[in-house]
Amino acid sequence: MSRRTPLGAVLGLGSAKEGVGHWWAQRLTAVALLPLGLWFVFSVAILAGTESSDYLSVVDWVSAPFNAVMLILFIGTLAYHSMLGVQVVIEDYVHGWLKVFSLVLQKFAHIAVAAAAIYSVLSIALGN
Amino acid sequence: MAQFTLPANSKIGRGRQFKAEGAKRKRTFSVYRFDPDSGDNPRMDSYEVDLDRCGPMVLDALIKIKNEIDPTLTFRRSCREGICGSCAMNIDGVNTLACTRAIDEVKGDVKVYPLPHTRVVKDLVPDLTGFYAQYASIQPWLQTRTPAPPDRERLQSKEDQQKIDEPSACILCACCSTSCPSYWWNGDRYLGPAILLQAYRWLVDTRDEATGERLDHLEDPFRLYRCHTIMNCTSACPKGLNPAKAIAETKKMLLERRH
Repeated sequence: MSRRTPLGAVLGLGSAKEGVGHWWAQRLTAVALLPLGLWFVFSVAILAGTESSDYLSVVDWVSAPFNAVMLILFIGTLAYHSMLGVQVVIEDYVHGWLKVFSLVLQKFAHIAVAAAAIYSVLSIALGN
Repeated sequence: MAQFTLPANSKIGRGRQFKAEGAKRKRTFSVYRFDPDSGDNPRMDSYEVDLDRCGPMVLDALIKIKNEIDPTLTFRRSCREGICGSCAMNIDGVNTLACTRAIDEVKGDVKVYPLPHTRVVKDLVPDLTGFYAQYASIQPWLQTRTPAPPDRERLQSKEDQQKIDEPSACILCACCSTSCPSYWWNGDRYLGPAILLQAYRWLVDTRDEATGERLDHLEDPFRLYRCHTIMNCTSACPKGLNPAKAIAETKKMLLERRH
């Protein structure tokens, strides 16, 4: 049994002196996702509703510079926002070494998925 | 790792029944009983109380039970008027003070438990050692570099006093902190709404000159940012205070000093 005082346990390793950046980024990405998400949903709905929508018309749509840039912004913001959110969930519920492991793993996973998605948009837009 | 199995002594059994013979207006109080020294699981004892011979508040009934029915029942109480915070417990599913919760406000049997997710010392008495240590950790006293005027107190305008009126009204009963899921899961590192409300009380005190150090101390993913604006604290507070707003204001102050 530890003889550490309750105050010593509470003070622990001290303040990390960070957290405001994470908190602010989570809110900024949420605000940015409002127009980006609406644009994405409406665009996909219009694409799906068009009579002549097929593989080529979607490729055409992604290739348009404005759409390609918007898609990359949407993917990047969504992945970043999701990464910040999943980090909070893990910090809330997971403890011990598994916490550090899953925090690192989820970061890698989000970046990998975002990189693959952005690469896909670029390869369509740049015509490879 | 998140714990998926119940810790020891989590299963609550049926306890003893105490009938109130010959009473016209009766109310049943179902009370959590646990003695860690006995090694037994907790149980719910039920006591019938004659309301014609009992005061109006839940605390009146608990005192009547202890005095007249079962002296082994253990709970904290002191002022019986909502200013000491001793009799904080979970009544009818809500954290509140037994002394200010009227029996009439509760429908059906009155279920009484200790504050949730606390280590139980006995029956309705929770261990608040960590809670008090967290309070001490925020250094809840005036800190200045300017010496006090030699001939009088430190001055403060009426408007400045109004800023600390509400947070100063907190009685540290722990109803809010123990109603907060974030505090349940990370109470060892998250300071919780009560302590953060008190931290805010010193942040907005215009006489205090340690605001920067206080913010440094709070800026931490666990100490402050475990608050996800769940708002249980504000709905639980028996004094009608708003810890959630104080935490939001603290987050705004931390943001302000970066811009």
